Amino acid sequence: MTSTPAAARPLPDGLVAFVKRECPTCALVAPVLADLAGRAALTVYTQDDPAFPPGVAVLDDSSLEVSWHHAIEAVPTLVRVEGGVERERVLGWHRGDWERLTGVSDLGAGLPAWRPGCGSRSVDPDLAPELAVRFGAARLRARRVALAGLEDEAEALFERGWTDGLPVVPPTERRVLAMLEGTKRAPQEIVAVVPPDLVECSVEKVAINAVLAGCKPEYLPVVLAAVEAACTDAFNIHGLLATTMPVGPVLIVNGPIRRAIGMNSGINALGQGNRANATIGRALQLVIRNVGGGRPGEVDRATFGNPGKLGFCFAEDEEGSPWTPLSADLGVAAGRSSVTLFPGEGPRSIVDQLSREPESLARSFAACLRTLHHPKLPLVFDCILAVSPEHARVFADAGWDKKRLLDRLHALLQLPGSEIVRGAGGIAEGVPENLAGATLPKFRPGGLLLVHCGGRAGLFSAMIGGWANGATGSAPVIREIEA
Amino acid sequence: MSRILLDPTSERALAVRARLPRLTSLAGVTVGLLDISKPRGDRFLDRIAARLAGQGAAVKRYRKPTFTKPAPVDLRQEIAVQCGAVVEALAD
Repeated sequence: MTSTPAAARPLPDGLVAFVKRECPTCALVAPVLADLAGRAALTVYTQDDPAFPPGVAVLDDSSLEVSWHHAIEAVPTLVRVEGGVERERVLGWHRGDWERLTGVSDLGAGLPAWRPGCGSRSVDPDLAPELAVRFGAARLRARRVALAGLEDEAEALFERGWTDGLPVVPPTERRVLAMLEGTKRAPQEIVAVVPPDLVECSVEKVAINAVLAGCKPEYLPVVLAAVEAACTDAFNIHGLLATTMPVGPVLIVNGPIRRAIGMNSGINALGQGNRANATIGRALQLVIRNVGGGRPGEVDRATFGNPGKLGFCFAEDEEGSPWTPLSADLGVAAGRSSVTLFPGEGPRSIVDQLSREPESLARSFAACLRTLHHPKLPLVFDCILAVSPEHARVFADAGWDKKRLLDRLHALLQLPGSEIVRGAGGIAEGVPENLAGATLPKFRPGGLLLVHCGGRAGLFSAMIGGWANGATGSAPVIREIEA
Repeated sequence: MSRILLDPTSERALAVRARLPRLTSLAGVTVGLLDISKPRGDRFLDRIAARLAGQGAAVKRYRKPTFTKPAPVDLRQEIAVQCGAVVEALAD
């Protein structure tokens, strides 16, 4: 449970106990508390019955406010407080621990040496969500918007312009507080300055938009990392938004968190049907829209756009891959979770069902990759090549590692200037005529990224093209995911 | 009971929807007169209708089923589509 800092609501100095009558261990230690009350400064908070324990002056915490703010998880809990600061706490009854914490000897003669406690009422699953709203909502700084009694919730959110065209989940205090449980970061910590309006965006605002998108709390760390990555100068989300090209942020997740949150890297990895894949990318786009103010027809000037701009996020199939994962290629250590943002269009299929030799399949890839955006335009666009398991196996069986395939593709994608200058092939588009004698690579060094994903069946791969790359446009950006 | 949501935006725009600009003239405007079904509201609206007609406005008359409840959604939409302004009678 995330509570407000206990320091803001200090407990009284001395010994502090939290108990409830319905707990047998609390009943067992009731005489001990009565004994302690006569020998030390003791404050007892009781969660269910102000007459318990008998013979001891107690403070009524049936509202559970004190228990909640001090994150009491079990009863009895005994705390030692000095100068308003908690020094130590013990849970349940353990004679040795209680004697050490209190500095009082011969406690509970005749009692067993040890008994576990019961769950605190403040963490009762039936009560905890309501308590989080009652005591935790003050932590939330976002403006409250009241819906009128007759307003339909879903329609109201459309009317306020908060959606991407699909319905969203209403961001209630309860849902946002639950979402914030997904991160250790403080709600008011600034995550990034979000273009195009250059608005400081807090963890709380990201959480609100993650609720809108339909995320579970455990997805929030991925969304936070994605927002950070998107708002870097290198990724240049402003340019990506404003360009007339059909591109948006494409998110590729690597590392243990993929499995922990149930992401799809297999059948239909780039498609619909998996909640994490579908909502994480959507949450980032809703942050850009709602916090940054980036809306189609305003700063978003895309001629066509693409369906992936609703949210385009998938995981790499690391377990089934013969190669190093994308995250390793971009410098993240094995065992760490990360999200890579690529400024991409929609995926285009590469079909080759006959190549059984790596050279043949590499040539197929190169022939298709050459057409990216235009077969006569070199160097300007980066690309993700998503290789399916059946295609990857062709290379793996022949002993081709990732570097060998990339080197071969770069060699095959050296374009003779005479073929790509303006006018060549009867096509006006192309590079300036003075480059007719040059040889130009289709991709800049590092501009072609390989990812392994997709279903086990299908001799297909896919390419996801970028837009203007490097310092004049966007570069792929990777961020490690912090809990 | 009102439901409270948290604003997902930068909060630079007002949370409440802006009112439409006030009309500068009633000439050629269709004005809806909504009788909320309180006694004698109709007599009040009859007088208003006559005065609006004198200013060149067209008048349409509407009636809520009961003054105790908000106007039905269909009635509100009908007025919004058909009229440029509306007068709601609160007479008793």
